[in-house]
Formats: sequence, structure tokens, C-alpha cells
Amino acid sequence: MRAFKMAGLLLLSVIILVACGGGGGDTIKVGILAPLSGPVPTFGVMTRDGSLLAIEEWNAKGGVLGKKLTAVVEDSQCTPDPAVNAANKLIDQDKVKYIMGEVCSKASIPVSEIANAKKVVQISSTSTNPDVTVGKDGKVKDFVFRACFIDPFQGTVGAKFALDTQKAKTVFILLDQANDYVKGLAEYFEKAFVAGGGKIVGKETYTAKDTDFNAILAKVAAAKPEVVYLPDYYNVVNLVTKQAKEKGIKAVFMGGDGWDSSDLDLKAADGGFFTNHYSPADTRPEVQNFVKAFGAKYKDDKGQPKVPDALAALAYDATNMLLQAIKEAGADDTAKVKDAMAKINFNGVSGKITLDANHNPVKSATILAVKDGKVQFNSVVNP
Amino acid sequence: MPQLSVPPLAPQGARRPGARLAWIGQAFLGILALITLVILAKDLVRDPKLFIQIVISGLQLGFVYALIALGYTMVYGIVRLINFAHGDVFMVGAFVSFYAVTRFQLHVWPAAVFPGLPYALVVIIGPITVMLLSMVVCMALAITIERVAYKPLRDAPRIAALITAIGVSFFLEFFGALSFVFSPRFIPYQRPFDVVTWYINDGIHLVSSAQAPPDGSITFSNIFLIIAFASVLTQVLLQFLVRRTKIGKAMRAVSFDKSAARLMGINVDQVISFTFAVGAGFAGLGGVLYAIAYSSIWSQLGILPGLKAFVAAVLGGIGSIPGAFVGALIMGQAEALTMGYISTPMRDAVAFTILILVLLVRPTGIFGEPEKEKA
Repeated sequence: MRAFKMAGLLLLSVIILVACGGGGGDTIKVGILAPLSGPVPTFGVMTRDGSLLAIEEWNAKGGVLGKKLTAVVEDSQCTPDPAVNAANKLIDQDKVKYIMGEVCSKASIPVSEIANAKKVVQISSTSTNPDVTVGKDGKVKDFVFRACFIDPFQGTVGAKFALDTQKAKTVFILLDQANDYVKGLAEYFEKAFVAGGGKIVGKETYTAKDTDFNAILAKVAAAKPEVVYLPDYYNVVNLVTKQAKEKGIKAVFMGGDGWDSSDLDLKAADGGFFTNHYSPADTRPEVQNFVKAFGAKYKDDKGQPKVPDALAALAYDATNMLLQAIKEAGADDTAKVKDAMAKINFNGVSGKITLDANHNPVKSATILAVKDGKVQFNSVVNP
Repeated sequence: MPQLSVPPLAPQGARRPGARLAWIGQAFLGILALITLVILAKDLVRDPKLFIQIVISGLQLGFVYALIALGYTMVYGIVRLINFAHGDVFMVGAFVSFYAVTRFQLHVWPAAVFPGLPYALVVIIGPITVMLLSMVVCMALAITIERVAYKPLRDAPRIAALITAIGVSFFLEFFGALSFVFSPRFIPYQRPFDVVTWYINDGIHLVSSAQAPPDGSITFSNIFLIIAFASVLTQVLLQFLVRRTKIGKAMRAVSFDKSAARLMGINVDQVISFTFAVGAGFAGLGGVLYAIAYSSIWSQLGILPGLKAFVAAVLGGIGSIPGAFVGALIMGQAEALTMGYISTPMRDAVAFTILILVLLVRPTGIFGEPEKEKA
């Protein structure tokens, strides 16, 4: 009993000490919320690593406003409750004024409510849901930003690519009506494609668990589109493209970042294109320097340099945006930093970023091509 | 018409109050069927080639359902049990073939054992071995399920066995979803042979990867032919088994009267196990063919095809073997035509509406005879 009490007291004093230490004046603390456990741990690791790399680079250049940066990493599990607890801990105990994260929209949204209420600047690297930066009342959350484009934007960019580069006039859209991600992409693709003078020759819906697409594909073959837009995840893409190839359908398949998976059937999807946030094969110096620095700092199981994925790139960009905003604000004051952030003009790994009125980035998207059993960099499309 | 069983699905008493009004339901169904036929005829005239293409994809689906429906109908015919775990046996069949192909390369074993064998022979023998293996594993699984879960309940009320069947079904689905069993993910299926597609347009031509088939061609693949062949072959074999063999005679006897059959010296337990095994073997074959055709498998693969095959069995008249076959073909067409001419998400709704209509209007199904309940 006594030992328990002693241990408890000791723990308490340590916490108080640490908390007091956090109040020190010559460092700037950046909280990183990453889902290191839970359903998507690989997302969390990549996000953390990308963010830490950015902080390390700034420190090597002397920090921000003459102050060193320290990172406080918390595991937010891609789940609302743990993310909220972690955010409260960062803000109340660690006295963090800047938060990078979360990855998942469903965790970022509750965190954004807290950050906005407590006037802490939050930037999410990869949460694509519009509600992250805009509240239920339709008002923009002043202190909340993001570094990735929102889902519908990919549809717009995809349509632009189909019109300008593929010179396509006719498109067939396949979509899962029950999936908001798919629906958003398809809707904005259609809008932009029709506005650009293209024609939608057919539109078919399916459900997530369908495996037989023969009847739908018979209609696709009859409609003879130049492009089939299929903005779903790789598992559906594998099925549809395989069955389409077997039916001799030669239309070009296009999709969004849901295709971005090591499980994508490269043989079936051959000849297809998809929009993504970034490609490590992009030749721009920003990208190549980032890939090199990331590979130098992080190694995989075999000791080879790790190749950063889109999550690492966006976390790196988000952290850099945040730090640049602090620098431009000229003070470690969240009220000024949020204004600097809203006006930011940032040249990052995932493209040139400016923010619109809803704090959503306006930036270029990368088009990737599936060809010869590989996912290849094709081009960058500007909005 | 070989009839494994004769009872109606609905209890005897349930039909009596509605008997006078039954003609209303039947007239309604008739009108509905007529409207459907008119609409389909219109579609056929408008674009006959698209229509035929959709019918072909419906046939492919229907032949697979037929393989599953046989198991439902046979088991019901013998023990009056709707074996809901049947769809999951189908799933296990697909997974067995998946592991046989990817882990053990069983589909090319003839080439490994007899290196001089011509390629054409390897391509025929290998996949057949894979299918046989899946069938055998499914048979063993079904016999185990029957012995462990159903046999102790043979004299219990029928509802107890039915609930147990649902339990077994859930067990297989969620045990399969464990990460060290089949995992809960969708798994791309590696086919044991390549798909070859032909198109019909002034004769039959091969679809090449370089050029799309000309407009208005009807395409079909070797998978379609294999599924159709396998399904028809099992149907013929089963007819032979039930009508011409001793065990078939025993099955019919057990179906007719279990205790009398026992008194006549028939080993009823053995006959029941045999029935489960035959049904499961066909389901396993169906699982392999389904996976080959649609090339993506996961642990809950069996639920919907299983339920639809059950609807097919009811539609054809549960207990009737040709009924299951015809019912399955109708279900396949209903689904494909819904996908083709209404919308894909509607297909399940249409499938189960058929179940409700059949139960309301003609619970004995197409080939089901009116009840002659045993005393």
C-alpha cells in the first residue's frame, strides 16, 4: 500500500516536472498525431517519419525564429477517442501550440474541434474529408488546415487529364453508390468532363461486394467509350479490369489514389492511369532531394533506403508548411501563424500549394500510369 | 421426374386459409411475368446482341448456382434440413483451390512429375486435379459437419437443426476471416489456366490482346464453356446416381420414410452422410469455378451465392433435382438481366423478391408436387 502511494507520488512529481519543463521559452514544440497502432499502422509510421525528417532539417538550419524545434509524437490510432485524448495531452500537458495530424479523417475531425476551440494550429497531412476544415455550421475552422487535396479535386484533375492528354471525348463511369469517396470523385469528374466538352456515354453503379461485372461490361462494350472512369479501391479495380481485358475491351481505365496499392493487379490494370498526390519518380528537384534525404535517414528491414510514399511526402509537406508559416508570422503566436498559414505560398514535394477560402490546398496532382508491370510517373496536372 | 422429396416448404395448415384466394396471387404473378416478358422482348428487339451477351453472363452465373443448389435440394430431400452452411462449404472449396494453386503449384504437377508431357495435357490434367482436391476436401468437411453438428440433433425439432446450420455457417465465415486462416481481405485469385475469349461476328474468332473485337460481337470465354459443361455433367451424373444405382435407391427410400428404410436394412446414417458429401463435392467444384470466373475470393464469398442458390432450389421446388437446375438458371438470368437493364444494386433485391413471390404463390416451386404429407 505504502509502496503504491510512494510510486504514485513519484509519478505525479515526474509529470509535474515534465509539464513545467514544457513551458520553457527557447524551443517550439510540434505535436505529431500519427496512427502508429490501430488499423493503419503503416500510414502512421510513414507520416511520423516524414514529419520528423522535416523538423530535423529545420533544426539543422538553426530552427525557426532562432528557436530549436522539438517533436512530441503521440499514437492516435486512426480512431476518434484515442486521438482526442492524445490531442488533449499534447495541448494541456505538453503545452504544444502546433499539431501535425491526424491521418484519418474520422480522427482528424474531432481533434480539429479541440484545436480550433483552444486556438492551437492544426494541419492534417492526409485527411481528405471536407469536414476537417469546415465546421457543421458551414464556417471555416480558423486554426485548422490540410496539406492534401480533398477527394473531389482528384475527379476534376482526372477529367482534365482525360480531355487534354488522352484527347478523350467519351467516358463511361463506373461507381459504387454507397462509397462517398468513389461518389465524390465520380461526380466531380463528370462535372469537369462535361464542362470541358466531353460526353458521358454511360454510367453504371455496382455494390462493394460484387464480383461479377460481366453484364455491366457488356454495356460498356456496347457504348464504346474511349475512357472508363473507375475511381474505386484496388480490389474492385483488379476485378473489373481483369474481366474487361477478357472481354476484349480496349478503353483506357482511369481512377484515383484508391488504386495506389502494392496489391493492384498490374497486369489487369495495364494501360490505365490514376491520379495521386505524389510520385517518387517525379524528376522535380524538391521530390528527388526529399527521396534522397528520406532514404538516408530511414532504412527498411533489409537495410535498403526506404522509399517514401504519398503519406510520408504529405506529412513532410504539412510540417514544412507549418514551420514556414511560423517563420513568416515572425512570432510564436498561433493567432499570427494561422493568418500566415492562410496566405501561404509553399513549394513542396507534392506540388505548389496555396490554400483556398476553406483551407483546402490548391495544388497540382500527379498522374501515374500502369505500364509494363510497373506504376510509372506520367505527368503533373495543374488545377 | 425423379423426386427426392415431396413436402411443401410451408406447413400444411398455413395454406388453407388462403386457398380460396390463391388464384389472386397466381393471377398477379402471371401478370407480373407477362410484363417482364414484354419488357425483355422489347430489349431483345432493340439490341439483340447486347441481350444475348447479357444472357450468356446470366447463364454462367446460373450454372454455378446450379452446382450449389443441388446440395441444398438433396440434403433437404433426405433430412428436411436447410443446410445454411452449404454456401460456406462452397467458399472453402474456392480457398482450397487457391492454396493448391499458389502454395503447391498443384495445377502444373503433371509437368513437374512427367517433364515430357505435352503442354495441352498438363493444362487439362492439372486443373482437374485441383478441382478434384477441392471436391474431396469439401466432402470431408461436410461429413464432419454432419457428424458433429447435425447428427446429434436428428431427433430434435427441425428448428434446432436449422439454427445449428446457421451457427455452423457463421463459424465457417468468421473462422475463415481470422488472419491465420484465410484472412478477412479480398484475395486476388490465381487461375490454374489462362482465359481464352472468343467472339462471334461472321464466325467464331479468337480475341487477341492487340485489337478489340469489332462492334456488335458477342464474346464468350473458355471459362463459360467449362462451367456449362461441368454443371450439365453433374446434373446427368446425379440423375444416374439417384435413379440407377443402389445407393440412389437407398436415398430415395430414406427420403420417403426414414424409419421404414431403416427397418428394411438400409444404413440411414451412411446414406445421409453420403448425401451431404455429394452435395458438398458439387459445391466445392462450384467454388473453384466461381473463383476462376470472377477471380477474387474472401472469407464471406459463400454467403450471397449460397443464399441465391437456396432461392433457386426453392424456386425449382426444394427436394427436386431438375428443379434446382432449372431454378438456378432462372436465378442467373434474373440477376444478369436486372444488372443489364435495371441497375446492378437491384440484383439482390430482385433475387429475394423471387423467393418471397414463390413462397407466397407456389411454395412447392416449379417442379414441386402438391403436398402428400405422410401420416
